[in-house]
Order: sequence, then C-alpha cells, then structure tokens
Amino acid sequence: MGYPYPPDEKETVVLSQYFGDEGARSYQGWVKRGGYQALEAALAMEPGAVTDVVKASGLRGRGGAGFPTGLKWSFMPKDSGKDHYLVCNADESEPGTFKDREIMRWTPHGLIEGCAIAAYAIGAECCYVYIRGEFTEPLAIMAKAVAEAYANGVLGEKLLGTGPRLEMIIHRGAGAYICGEETGLMNSLEGRRGNPRIKPPFPAQAGVFGLPTTVNNVETLAAVPHIINRGADWYQGICLGNEKSTGTKLYSVCGHVQKPGNYELAMGTPLEELIFDMAGGMPPGRTLKAVIPGGSSVPIMDAEDVKGCLLDYEGVVERGSMLGSGGVIVMDDSTDMVYQIYRLTRFYAHESCAQCTQCREGTAWTVKILERILGGHGKESDLDLLLDLADNMTGTTICVLSDSCAAPVVSGIAKFRSEFDAYLSGARPPALAAH
Amino acid sequence: MSDALVTVTIDGIEVQVPRGTPLIEAAKQAGILVPHYCYHPSLPAPAVCRMCLVEVEKAPKLLPACVTTVTDGQVVHVNSDAALKARESVLEFLLINHPLDCPICDQAGECELQDYVFQEGRAATRYADYAKRFNPVEDFGPDVLYIPNRCILCTRCVRFMEAVAEDPVLNVSERGDRSYIGIFPDAVLDHEWAGNVVDLCPVGSLVSKDFLHKARAWDLDRTASICPGCSQGCNMTIDTRDNVVVRLRPRPNMDVNRHFMCDTGRQDYRWMNRGDRIEAPLIRAGDKLQAVDWASALDRLADTLRGADGKAVILASARASTESLGMTHRLLDGFELTAAVRVPTGHEAPLASIPNLALREERTPNVAGAELTGYTRAWDEALDQAVSAQVVVVLDEELAPDEFDRVRTAGTVVVLGTVDHPAYQAADIVLPIATMAEEHGSYVNRDGRAQVYRQAKASPGMARPAWWVAAEAAGRLAEGRAVPATAGDAIVMLGQSIPALAGLTYQSMGFTGRPVASAAASGVES
Amino acid sequence: MSTAGASASETSYQPVFTGETMAALETLFERYPTKQACMLPALWMVQEARGWISERAMAEVAEVIGVTPAYVKGVVTFYTMYHTHPVGRNVIQVCTTTPCSLCGAEAVLRTILQETGCEELGRTSTDGRFTVQEVECLGACGFATPILVNDDFIESVTPERVAGLLEGYK
Repeated sequence: MGYPYPPDEKETVVLSQYFGDEGARSYQGWVKRGGYQALEAALAMEPGAVTDVVKASGLRGRGGAGFPTGLKWSFMPKDSGKDHYLVCNADESEPGTFKDREIMRWTPHGLIEGCAIAAYAIGAECCYVYIRGEFTEPLAIMAKAVAEAYANGVLGEKLLGTGPRLEMIIHRGAGAYICGEETGLMNSLEGRRGNPRIKPPFPAQAGVFGLPTTVNNVETLAAVPHIINRGADWYQGICLGNEKSTGTKLYSVCGHVQKPGNYELAMGTPLEELIFDMAGGMPPGRTLKAVIPGGSSVPIMDAEDVKGCLLDYEGVVERGSMLGSGGVIVMDDSTDMVYQIYRLTRFYAHESCAQCTQCREGTAWTVKILERILGGHGKESDLDLLLDLADNMTGTTICVLSDSCAAPVVSGIAKFRSEFDAYLSGARPPALAAH
Repeated sequence: MSDALVTVTIDGIEVQVPRGTPLIEAAKQAGILVPHYCYHPSLPAPAVCRMCLVEVEKAPKLLPACVTTVTDGQVVHVNSDAALKARESVLEFLLINHPLDCPICDQAGECELQDYVFQEGRAATRYADYAKRFNPVEDFGPDVLYIPNRCILCTRCVRFMEAVAEDPVLNVSERGDRSYIGIFPDAVLDHEWAGNVVDLCPVGSLVSKDFLHKARAWDLDRTASICPGCSQGCNMTIDTRDNVVVRLRPRPNMDVNRHFMCDTGRQDYRWMNRGDRIEAPLIRAGDKLQAVDWASALDRLADTLRGADGKAVILASARASTESLGMTHRLLDGFELTAAVRVPTGHEAPLASIPNLALREERTPNVAGAELTGYTRAWDEALDQAVSAQVVVVLDEELAPDEFDRVRTAGTVVVLGTVDHPAYQAADIVLPIATMAEEHGSYVNRDGRAQVYRQAKASPGMARPAWWVAAEAAGRLAEGRAVPATAGDAIVMLGQSIPALAGLTYQSMGFTGRPVASAAASGVES
Repeated sequence: MSTAGASASETSYQPVFTGETMAALETLFERYPTKQACMLPALWMVQEARGWISERAMAEVAEVIGVTPAYVKGVVTFYTMYHTHPVGRNVIQVCTTTPCSLCGAEAVLRTILQETGCEELGRTSTDGRFTVQEVECLGACGFATPILVNDDFIESVTPERVAGLLEGYK
C-alpha cells in the first residue's frame, strides 16, 4: 500500500498489507493475521523443496542486484559439515530507498518468518539481521519481535517446536553505506572495517566467518512466506511485463511528488502510473524533469525516458537505467541538476571505503570538479574530464560504489548538459561559494 | 590444489604454469612485469591498488592480475589499450594528492610510483588548482617515519604487521580520501622485524630514519651478501656509496628469509666502516711490532711454523668465511691442533608467520661452516690449551684483555685481525685481513645451506682476505702445494678434503645458496 | 573542547566493561563464533556509557575483544556513528542527501545550526547541549527531512518545526 497513504487501486498489496497496522507488530497480532503458517508449511517440506518453490516463483533479490533468490540459495553446499549462516541485509542506505524500514517497522514477524524459512532451506542454524545503526525504531521493533519469537517457541532449539535449531541475532551497524554491499556487510559483522571483499570466494563458499553464507535483502526475505503460502505459480503470475521479473516490488517514491511513500506494484507496472497516479505527480504547476528509478546508484532518466517505461528489471534497463532497489527519486523542473548530481557524488565520496584507488581518489576529485563548476569557476574542459574520470571509475574496482558515483555524472551530463554549460558560461550565477 | 600445468598466453608469449598461479606470477615467467603496488608475493593479496588490471579475453571487465588465477588456454593482454588506460588512470589518481617531492625523497630512484609514472603515466596533471591533501609526518618507531602525503594506501605495511609479524600495530584509519595509515598514540612500531615495512613500501611514505637523506638511490652500489648477524643467514644487499656502507636490505630467498630481514641485522653495519683498522702486516722486531710488506710477513709466519711442533690453537670468530676457517685450519694441520670458534648469543626473535625464520640466538653466521672445517665451540677449553701452545692463531676474533693475557704465554701468537687493538702489541705477528664486506666468501647457515657473499667495498691499506693469508703461508711451508687464487678456488680446494663441502662451487651456490653435501651441519641444532 | 561527556580525564579512566556491562558483553560473546564479531556491539556499549569513544576506551575494547588498540581505532574511524570526540548532551544528525536536498534539507540544517547555537557542523554549542552533524541518507527519503536526535528518529522536519522540536532536548 502507498504507506503512509491508503492503498491505490493500481497497487498489488502483499508485503505492505499491514503497513500502518500497529496490531500486526506483535506475535499474537501476526499469528492472528495468518502469520507463521508459511513457516509451518515449509518445515513440512524438504529444505530443497522449499528452495525449489522459491526458484519457481521467479523471486529475484530486491536489494538492487536482482539475482534469482532460489538460485542463490541453491549455491549453498549440501552436507558440507560446516555451519551455515543466513544474513538478512537490513542495512538499507541507498539514497531514495526506505522500504525495508517499513517492513521492519510494521511486519517484523513477517521478516522473521521469511528468515526462518530461508534458514531452513539453506541449512543455517544461525541468522544475523544486520540493521543500519541509524534505524533506531526498526532496531527496537525487531529486537522486541525476535524476543517474542523466542518466547513463543518460534526461534531457538527447535523452529516452531518441531524443526531444526535457529538462533536469530540483531546486529546494529554504525554508519557506513558500504556495509549494504554483502561482502562489506560480512566484514562489518565480523568486527572489521566494512571493506568489500574480492570475489571469489563467493559467500556461499566462504562467507561470514569463512563459512557458507547467504545474504538476502529484507524485502526478498519478507516475500518468501507469501510465496510458500500461496505458491510459486501465484507469485510468478504477478507479472505485467517481462516474464523474468515476477511478483510484487515495493517502490519508495520520494523527491518532488505530492504523495511520497512506499507503493507495492506488480512487476511491469508503468513508471508513469507510479509517479503521476499513485504518488500524485509533481506539485502544482511543476513538470517532470528527471527520475532516478532504482536508488541513487543508477543512471538518471529524463522525462522522455520515463514515458512508457515499465517497472521491472528488464523494462528499466531498456530505458537506459536500472531497477536497482526501487528507490524512485523524482525531480521536477525546479531542480538544479548540477547541484543534485554534485550532492550525489558527495555522498559517494563520503562513503567510499578507501580500498580501491579509483574510488578513493576519483569520488573526491569528482566532487571537487563539480564544486568548482557550481562555484562559477568551471572550465570548458571540466565536462570531458568528468566523463573521463567516470569512465576510469567504472568497472575497475572491487565493488560498484565507484561505478555508482560515475553513473549519475555520465547520465547527468548526457541529458542535462545545458545546465552544466550555464554554470560554465556564467549564464547561471554560482550556486556554491567558490572554494 | 592440483599441480597440473596449464598453458596461458600473455602478450603473445605462451607459458606453462601450475594451476592456481596468479596471473601476475605467470606473467613474470613470461618475462612481463605487470605494474602493481599492493601485491607482494610474501603478503596476502587484497587487490586494492587496481594497478595490475589486465585484459583477459572473454572476461567482461579488466581483471586484477594479482588475484586472478590462471586457467588453461587463457589469453591475457597486459599492454592492451584498455589495460594501459586503466593503469594510466590509477597513476593519475595516485598522483593527484601526491606532493611530487621527489627531489627530497629518499625513495626517488627506487620508487615504484616514480618508475611507473615515467613508464606509462600522463605527462601532465589534470588536477590543477586544487589543494592537495595534507597530513603531518608521524614518528612510527625507532627507525620508521611515516610521511602520509606520499602514501598510496597500498596497505602493504598494515598487512605485513598483521599477517606476517602478527603484531597489528598499524591500521587504516578513517574512510575515503581522508584515510591514512594509523598507529595508536602510545604504540611504537618497534617490532624486531618492523624495518621491513620500509622495504615493502613501494613509495617514499615509510622511510628509515637511519638512512634519511644519506644517499640518492642512483649513487648506491649494491652487492649481494649474507647477513653476518646470526646463524639464520638472511640474504641481503649491502648498499655502499663511495666505499662506505650506508644500508643493508633483505634480498629475496624463498628458502631462507623470503623477502625479510630483522632490524638487528639490518642496523648492524657501522663496524663495516670503521677507520681504526690494521692496514699493514706487522712482525715483531725486539720489543716492537714493525710494519712490513706481505712477502716478509708471510715468510716470517712460514718460518715460525716450520720450526715448531706440538700444540697449536686457533681461536676464531664464526663470522669468518668457511674459506678462511678452512684454510687457516689447513695451515696448522701438522700440529696437534685445537680449533674453536666463539659464538656470542642473544635473544631469539622469530618472524611469526614464516616458518623457520628468526633472529637466532647464535649471533654469528658461520657456526655450521666452522664445524664442518674442524672447529668446535669449546672456546674455554681452547683458551686453556692456548696457554701452553707452541702456536696460537687468533682469526678475526677480538679477545678480551684477560683472554689475551693468557694467550700471550704461548710460543708464538699470530693475529689475523681487522681492527687495531692495544693488546696486539704483545703478539708476534699481526696480519691485516678484510671484513666480510670486503671479500668474497661463503657461510653455511644453521640449516646447512652454503651461501656466497660478495665483496661490497675495498679493504683498507694492505688488508687481504684471511683465506688468502693462510693459503699463501701454507704454500710457503710445502713446496708445490697448490695455492688458491680466488675464494672460489679455496672452497673447491676445501671440498677435496672435507666431504661435506665436496662439489661446492660459487657457481652452484649462485645467488641463493645450496645445501652442503652431508648432514654434518645438522649438529648445529644442538 | 570540554563538555559534560569529557569530564573523565584519561588518567582516571574507569573501565566500561565491569559488572553488568561485562556480563552483557559476555552474553553476546556466546552469540557469535568469534569474540571479534562483538566489536561493533562493544563499541556501542562504550558510546552508550560514555557518550563517545576515547582512545583509552578503544584500548579497553581491544583488550576485551582480543585485538590491538590500533585495530579497534581502524574500525571505529570507519563508522560515522561512533564519536571519537566528546559531543554535546544531544547529538542531532540531519540528512541532506539528494532526496532530502530536493525537499529543502539544507534549510532545515541551517535552521538547526542556528537554533542550537552550534553555528558550524561538528561543533558543540557553548552550553554543551547540542552537537549537529550532517548525515548521509537516513533512509526515510519519503519523509523529508528526517533527523536523528540521539536515538529519536524524527520525520518530516521543516525549518518551522525546528524550534519546537529542540524544546524537548535539554
């Protein structure tokens, strides 16, 4: 539902059904709403069969990469004799994205149930839920819910009193965007700097504590109970566009719209419907200038790109961007694109972990050039320089933070060059004090 | 991991390497050096500098050669346009905040940043008009200064202390471009092996205080040598400038010291530059010693020995070469001979993660070589014998005054020494010999590995290698006895009579040594 | 800069991990396969007890976790939520990342800096009451501008609301 607004008729409400419903937060409330039935059903199945259902559903990772979830689970070794770990990635920090927060705030037991089913499927007896440190409210709610789940025999020695053991531990982050990257998260969980790791080895072989690990996003895991309850076919059937993208997706809409919030849509819903119908469109008198459709790390779309764009993994790629995490940042015609691109690069420069040369130096340099342009001292050659740096920062580092910094620069210059030129020529007064 | 060989083609050169080999090492076998900073063969590879990105056919992106392992049939381009552009960009990024203070930087001339920028960097900066990052110089420890402005954050130092020394006193602090190498406020980088971080630093960010502003890299002469500091036998390089030793640095030998050397060994070189040397042969004339030429000195020595019999004693240093120890022993083999070396001891300091690498308790390099050539460690007994001996030869060992007082009661006292000493006035013959820095020679380390060291500087005055002195004297004693012309000849000659040394040549020892023939050296373990 | 939180001088350092706090940490140790995994939780405990994490406290954490102080410092300085300097009684983090910036976050930040008397980012007000920090994306972009005052997550802050909100924090 379009939390905090009532559901729009164009939404397909599954995960967000109880957003805003305080009664759903407690264990009793969740059970009353049909909670933990999916876990019970899953425990009656072989773990491999659970994975097969998720595979058949077509569920793909909702954290941004869109990797098929069932396939990821199936990479976990069988009978390895080692401890397996499930890590729930609740380090939601991609600018423009605020969906996992609502899942944890309103349906913590739904997430616990999803984690339990996933842990069962991959043979993990321990699940860490890594929640970003700033999420004080979700942290408190999740901690309470986990305690309730233990108290009611859901978690602990035997899942629901019959299944294998499952311990669930809430782990608080401490302020680092890069810990949302799964290998950075694993380092952080181990008590290290949250530096991303080189792959291989992949987490399924050597993840957290060097042991087989699956890392899944909150939204991904929260979808699992629904798939178990209603079947793979049902989930796969929620598809308006490309058959490789199935189910519902939560879109966080923010920026220049009248009704910012989380909207849950069937895969393949037109982007325009989300922005203009559900989120209420621009403020009066304003027109659409740009959209970043998948969290700040994906290329910027202009109004033309938005037209006819279908919201699924393939549909957004077709229009030159990516679905990413589903954080839709909307900008109207009042937006200073140069400033906002600068603001984005500042984010990445601040969050760069410092490992890779291109990222550590490139993000900071990019900021300086944009600062200079905004300060009215830019040079003609600066745009080519920005593009060349962006090229050098793309596809050359351990993780994609550096690429993410480059993406809005490249798409921004391609689509809004005249705004840069206005600063360069002096046609537009400086937006920043000169440095 | 299978030992099976796989074939890879690197810049058109086909090489066969074991499965699992990193591309960067495979490229070395093809004779191609992939430029790199964070990678080091003795450290875990983090793949963070991104300098070693290479193009691998069929891979969607450039791959870091340090962590990408070979696969059969792989075709790699180290110098393709894409790889060159990536490296040029890394160099540019590394330079934007670099102070470019090469003219005052100790690393200049042996700096990998300087070298690669010169080789394939941009001619001019595009980072004009911006202030550079600044952090003050930090005193890390007894011999290490950190100059953060030159740092490229390759983290070799952090990984060395963490993974090799297992004493993680260094860290990466802060994040993004604010990062620097940190040390805790009251911590000191004083680990016995800490000096290696200076060698590992590919740029001039970690520098040795001892070497600070002493010499430019291009003014140095570098000589392959063996550390004389203990029985480990670390391979090292002696760096000299104008015949003065200014620095000792480790020389890679995977079987002995990998790429490392301890600080005790590294800093113990000042004795090599001493000026108070014996520079001419001295023979007794009445109550005085008189300087003579070598022919007269050797004749006197031969005459003395020719007339004598009975007991002879050699009091030697186990820092003398196998050649010198062996030839001196041979010189006296007609006597009832007692030969001993003195082995000073100190604390043992292992390098945690490297098996069989430590600063050893035995602080001389050639205990095993001495034992193979007929010496024992029974120093005190030898000293007792010396009191009543016909001939005592002191070889490269400084006796304490009380020791010398006891020895002088012997028939004839011959000193083969380096540094002049007042007590020598009581000797009969004093012969100037070269230090190990001034001669070719070989040592046998505690594991029985014979290793060659080379002459790094000229010896002062008339000083000669001790093996030469002993062999020349022996030649005068026995007509027709072969006299070695070189240290290499000397070891071959010794091999003819000492089975453990049989077949040993300078060529076969090469730059990394070889085990001596028998297990005789294993006795040094006791 | 001396504030309430910084009163304990380094020489009179009182350990954090004693009694109940140590017991709580020991309970945590059982929930992870390595002690080191309790690094972040232990640092949170320190910050909760002391308001910030001094170098002496880092050394204490190093001891209880079994790593070196330098290692702990490397970790602490990686995460922006750990204060390595004393802070005011109330720490305000204001999100100004793109989505919030679009909705006027900079004006909110300016007002907060003014109203608190901090004037500049990172500074503590002279009365020791506030420290204001800019934070990168608080993850509530639909409710611009979110701010975090201590552990209170407050959404949809506008310049007009600032004065009233601050009232609650003494």
